[in-house]
Amino acid sequence: MPTTDNTQVQLPDENGHFGQFGGRFVSETLMGALEELEEVYRKLSNDPDFQEEFDKDLAHYVGRPSPLYFAERLTDKVGGAKIYLKREDLNHTGAHKVNNTIGQALLAKFMGKPRVIAETGAGQHGVASATVAARLGLECKVYMGEEDVRRQALNVYRMKLLGAEVIPVTSGTKTLKDAMNEAMRDWVTNVDNTFYIIGTAAGPHPYPMLVRDFQCVIGRETKQQCMNQIGRLPDAVVACVGGGSNAIGMFHPFIEDESVRMIGVEAGGHGVETGEHAAPLSDGRPGVLHGMRTYLMEDDNGQIIGTHSVSAGLDYPGVGPEHSYLKDINRAEYVAINDDEALEAFRTLTQVEGIMPALESAHAVAYAMKMAKEMSPDQVIVVNLSGRGDKDILTVAELDGIEM
Amino acid sequence: MSRIEACFTAMKAEGRKAIVPYVTGGDSNPRVTVPLMHALVEAGADVIELGVPFSDPMADGPVIQLACERALEHGTSLTDVLAMVAEFREQDQTTPVVLMGYLNPIEVMGYEAFAKNAKASGVDGVLVVDMPPIESAGLMAAMKAESLDIIFLIAPTTSPARRKAICEQGSGYLYYVSVKGVTGSKALNVDEVGAYISDMRQDTDLPICVGFGIRDGQSAAAVSKVSDGAIVGSVLVNQIAELANTPEKIPAAVAGIVKEMRQAIDA
Repeated sequence: MPTTDNTQVQLPDENGHFGQFGGRFVSETLMGALEELEEVYRKLSNDPDFQEEFDKDLAHYVGRPSPLYFAERLTDKVGGAKIYLKREDLNHTGAHKVNNTIGQALLAKFMGKPRVIAETGAGQHGVASATVAARLGLECKVYMGEEDVRRQALNVYRMKLLGAEVIPVTSGTKTLKDAMNEAMRDWVTNVDNTFYIIGTAAGPHPYPMLVRDFQCVIGRETKQQCMNQIGRLPDAVVACVGGGSNAIGMFHPFIEDESVRMIGVEAGGHGVETGEHAAPLSDGRPGVLHGMRTYLMEDDNGQIIGTHSVSAGLDYPGVGPEHSYLKDINRAEYVAINDDEALEAFRTLTQVEGIMPALESAHAVAYAMKMAKEMSPDQVIVVNLSGRGDKDILTVAELDGIEM
Repeated sequence: MSRIEACFTAMKAEGRKAIVPYVTGGDSNPRVTVPLMHALVEAGADVIELGVPFSDPMADGPVIQLACERALEHGTSLTDVLAMVAEFREQDQTTPVVLMGYLNPIEVMGYEAFAKNAKASGVDGVLVVDMPPIESAGLMAAMKAESLDIIFLIAPTTSPARRKAICEQGSGYLYYVSVKGVTGSKALNVDEVGAYISDMRQDTDLPICVGFGIRDGQSAAAVSKVSDGAIVGSVLVNQIAELANTPEKIPAAVAGIVKEMRQAIDA
């Protein structure tokens, strides 16, 4: 979408690079499809009819704008800066993912592709894809790691109810990265009639750009809502980072507002020092995976290593290339929150605000609580509450030793 | 003249077509690879494509993904694969060897270090599946400095403009992907392949080999009639998978398939 509030931010460049990151590292078998998608997107992103339909869907189907909510009891409990929540959990389907799937499904429709495919980790993107496919009457196939199928049984059944076919992926680590490999293979094979709805601001160009553009509605609304509610911009925006689409959607409109700190929270798993985590920006190095150059978790031989997080949606060894860029130019800060801290924040927010966050979003909440303590009461932190926690109830119950 | 160029020049003079087997280094066991390479040459292989295992072989089908997993179980690294080529070269100084794999292991080693090590090990070229020409400037320069070839893929979906650019930047030979899909895909259509290749000849004088979807002597022979050679991978790797627990049987069994294809092509 035209980012009118950020006219100077013109990355990626024409080849999809954000500094040294991004690009289009794919087999020649995919190049034609990516070129076609880029061309169509460049045309449609300036097409008033497409824009109007996108905006209309966001308003009347997704339920935007999502509220910016002052979490007063949480603020009192923590002490320090005021914590506001950008309520993406209140979107239709319960997460920010739908902003992007609405956009990409419209692209599929304009391109005349009758079939869509998606990869999913926690299942939120799969659900959001199955939802828009149902609404537009498109055939939908969702690839999901076998391990995630087990962890997110509720979302799997939700997708099936929506008419999608869920394919468990048994290769590699059986999680999100392997689901993405399988989806790419499907796309290569069925490129004539299929649109691949990538769920995060990652992958080969133009995906990081177009997913970001569709998600930027989060940051734009937040800006406007801050002006209305507190009369100024916030001091910091905080978002969890797996692939990083909710975070880039929040951050991008603030890039030029240098007074606003941008903090991305990665999954620290059992602790970054243990190696069992999913925090490539905190403990990885640049490499090439899934069509992009970005920070990765890899071994000394360049093999991608297994990740761990209590939240399936953050369990990914790479990250969207724009985050790698924002890290290297020191515009955004990236930190990690461990499983335990995220679970504690999940409980705290549920108990003091009656808002049950997704375990992914709970990572951002946990870090905001840490930060707020060190800040003064006249300062403001906005946390992107990217999804709701209903899908995680079984995971939490299991950790509590309760059988449902 | 490079080994690859010498090989295709000689074949052209003799009116022969190439057979290019692909196997993954370290599959099913690192000890199998070098004897297997020699057996492939004996069965009539003209060029060997040796796969460098990668954890996420996105453009490959399940057969090669599993081959990578088997090789990685033994910890087969890029360094190990280079050592296999060096060992192969102790007995065979003529058969070209092309490494085929994904970019990240090469990135980690470093482009210049990789090119130098490859040269020293007796590698002749590299095909990096997920490195299109537009992203290849750095590796290209390092490879050229060592007089090594970069082999690029061309697909049925490649636009004429891209094809021209790829033909200009590639060296050694060009790898035409015969079907839309991943390795080990459905059967190819030889007429379509032939038509595309005769178009391609206007853009290049390089040899053009065809891969994806070649599974037996008949398809290898058909493809070789319209191109300079047939690349065969998944059917060989499948055989390796079947014999994974009796690795000593792998070289002869896999070579047997190549031999049958060789005879069909030459018939």
